[in-house]
Amino acid sequence: MATYLLRRLLIAIPSLLGISLILFTVLALAPGDPFSEMATNPNVPPEVREALRASFGLNDPVMVRYLRWLSAMAQGDWGFSFASRINVDDLILQRVPTTLFVVGTSQILALCIALPVGIYAATRPYSVFDQIANTLAFVGFSLPTFFTGLLLILLFSIKLDWFPFVYRSDIAASGWRWYWEMFRQAIMPITVLGLFQAASYTRYVRSAVLDVIRLDYVTTARAKGLGEKTVTLRHITRNALIPVVTLVALQMPAVFGGAIVTEQIFRIPGIGSLLIDAILANDTPVIMAVTFVFACLVVLFNLIADLLYGWLDPRISFR
Amino acid sequence: MDEHKLRELVAGVKDGAVSRRAFIQRLAAVGITAPIASQILAWNDVAMAQASLAYKPTKAGGGGPLKILLWQAPTLLNPHFASGTKDQIAGRIFFEPLAGWDKEGNLTPQLAAEVPTRANGGLSADGTVVTWKLKQGVKWHDGKPFTADDVVFTWEYAADPATAAYTTGSYTNIKVEKVDDHTVKVIFKEATPFWADPFVGVVGQIIPKHHFGEYKGAKSREAPANLKPVGTGPYKFVDFKPGDILIGARNEDYHVKNQPHFDTIEVKGGGDAVSAARAVLQTAEFDYAWNLQVEDEVLKRMETGGRGKVSAVASGDIEFIILNTTDPWTEVDGERSSIKTKHPTLSDPKVREAINLLIDRDSIQKFIYGRGGTATASFVNEPKQFKSQKLKYEFNVDKANKILDDAGYKKGSDGIREKDGKKLKYVYQTSINAPRQKTQAIIKQACQKVGIDLELKSVTASVFFSSDVANPDTYTKLYVDMEMYTTTQPQPDPERFLNQFVSWEIANKENKWLGRNVSRYSDPEADKAYKAAQKELDPVKRAALLIKVNEIFCEANVILPLLSRTRVAASVTNLMHDHSGWDVDTWNVAAWYRS
Repeated sequence: MATYLLRRLLIAIPSLLGISLILFTVLALAPGDPFSEMATNPNVPPEVREALRASFGLNDPVMVRYLRWLSAMAQGDWGFSFASRINVDDLILQRVPTTLFVVGTSQILALCIALPVGIYAATRPYSVFDQIANTLAFVGFSLPTFFTGLLLILLFSIKLDWFPFVYRSDIAASGWRWYWEMFRQAIMPITVLGLFQAASYTRYVRSAVLDVIRLDYVTTARAKGLGEKTVTLRHITRNALIPVVTLVALQMPAVFGGAIVTEQIFRIPGIGSLLIDAILANDTPVIMAVTFVFACLVVLFNLIADLLYGWLDPRISFR
Repeated sequence: MDEHKLRELVAGVKDGAVSRRAFIQRLAAVGITAPIASQILAWNDVAMAQASLAYKPTKAGGGGPLKILLWQAPTLLNPHFASGTKDQIAGRIFFEPLAGWDKEGNLTPQLAAEVPTRANGGLSADGTVVTWKLKQGVKWHDGKPFTADDVVFTWEYAADPATAAYTTGSYTNIKVEKVDDHTVKVIFKEATPFWADPFVGVVGQIIPKHHFGEYKGAKSREAPANLKPVGTGPYKFVDFKPGDILIGARNEDYHVKNQPHFDTIEVKGGGDAVSAARAVLQTAEFDYAWNLQVEDEVLKRMETGGRGKVSAVASGDIEFIILNTTDPWTEVDGERSSIKTKHPTLSDPKVREAINLLIDRDSIQKFIYGRGGTATASFVNEPKQFKSQKLKYEFNVDKANKILDDAGYKKGSDGIREKDGKKLKYVYQTSINAPRQKTQAIIKQACQKVGIDLELKSVTASVFFSSDVANPDTYTKLYVDMEMYTTTQPQPDPERFLNQFVSWEIANKENKWLGRNVSRYSDPEADKAYKAAQKELDPVKRAALLIKVNEIFCEANVILPLLSRTRVAASVTNLMHDHSGWDVDTWNVAAWYRS
């Protein structure tokens, strides 16, 4: 397994290099420049714009810029944001906790709903409960988060006035009040994201359980006279969860990457909204860093998923 | 308006026959901005008016938190790097200029003890020296005294090309000298009637020498104070997360008695304009939201709840159309729309006149912009009911038809007019923005009625307004027949604003399309008047010259002004604030209070 791991890690290096090269080239060729805001401002002389372009190295050929970026990145220097002139790693680190809190909690919520509902529905296929769960799951993942988000805002913030709809990373309170405020402002975004994820997870869990439930060893377990509860939890669920665990592992980059649309609606200062702002401002170093981190996470979690597979199901060997 | 009339008006204000406000509005109507009008009065020794917001609280503090929501988040706090209004708004909470502009265009002292005039010896007779007396007893947030050294340093800092300050245009051609600890002299190379530019308003914020001294020039990005500002303003820095939130606390040593009213200030960013308006007008989660580029209908619906109100003030920003008189479809020496070419039909003044008659400005204002803009025929102007005597707009399809008939353009079988085989078919571009696409549709419809065919094109804003040389769709390239956008007047100097109309600023391949004259149209008369205005000492004569430049372009129908834009803000009902179209929204945030 150690050699397998080592080999996979070695393969990851050229693929990450390839990804970074493609990302960089696409960004460099994309239209627009970070100084568009100055364009209609007669007070900023064109010379200043030119000087800034030169000092940020925007006039150099793409390959030179890429190599410069790569060598700086290798030394741990992520560059600085053109818009705020602070280091990109600081900017990202500021956003990570919020993203992890909101998106992470929503994933947990999604699993808490999807697992029991999916398993229960699969053990009683085509029952009333199954039909209802199925319908709701369909509705759930057909409604986009920007729609449900606005719906919740209109209902709970404007009509009922229960929750704030502007998420604040700095809450001027301490102790229990802080936790309460934090919880109150997070309810809506977490619900929106959690329900959306729960809908697709439910479908997945249900079909995974259905696959297992008809296998011979389940019948054998029942024939041994084991209780229905034991059969479901011990024998069915354990085996059915193998593909589900993989699916969740592959969702992890999304947890770090934030929920771009939802963060924008609720003004959550997370990675997703950072990426959107950076794209709108043509802030190339930030876009580059965020997307590259994203790529690394995808590669990393793919590897973890593969390892998990082998560990959960010994029939799959590491080769 | 000629020189003679201006002089009569100035005399009228002195005698008290004409009110100060009426004078400013009269000048605004002919294309002189309020601050310039104010400057003319100051030169003629008419005192500046009182600030427009009366401050009621009797002690500083006790107002609780003030929460401002910007739908574009501030990303940096050094006012000399601030590229957009969002950053200038944030910077102004901590830093102050010598004087700011109120919404009537009055110069209001902030770090200056008084506004320089001829009478108090602040303005020299030859117009080259301005002497500013600084307020005594002002302290930086760290307790160090504010002195003339800081003012001189700010000049050195911003003028240094290596600093690459965005405000550098206001500082490069002047010299600043310290007279004593509380007096500085600004020396201009030539007589400068509009002297209230360096150290004033958006570009004028003074930064402390003891925090930025080592970080002048190439090292400017490394200054810790860029992100942890130490200023003289009403609030002290507490915390800042770029692109998200900015927090400040009351400056207990603030140099204005009984100010500021609020204990803390918070500027939150992100999201979009509509939901920002909602957070103020409907839920009152925030106290103030700026720059609401939202259709007026939507704002009115939100206002019905009675929790907040919308306020709009005049600004120098103008939404306008350029008609291309060069040929965008023929390439000469590697560039289209070259000044060596002539547009087959738009170079005909009659066609341009007809198009101008087909713009229904009143409907555009009524149905699209509402309080967001006022229909106008003048490029430089202020809104309201006072309209220019000379520049007028009209929506008249019959007249346009007649002009085109007389000029020999006949309708073809497809209903499109043509002459000598050249059809009146144009590509009309603008940036992607809902009101702009609706305006395009209104104009296209009217043009259809007379047999002019417009093909509408919209370009995403980040491309349209970029200076990307490789991209053919930027607004400065003008590779189309007509285009529409808003040009901002960041500081009230019409001279720099009007350089969009001079021949040596024509955007072309040689200057990488960075030239300010995007229309490519030029007129020796306008060039002459502009050059004369640059040297003209007498502000009244100068104003008359600048009006002429504006009129030449508008009368030639090359520049078709549509709307003079207003700055629209929303605030909760009990917030007393005062935002100005000539300065940033937070220009006098110290005087805001809750009633």
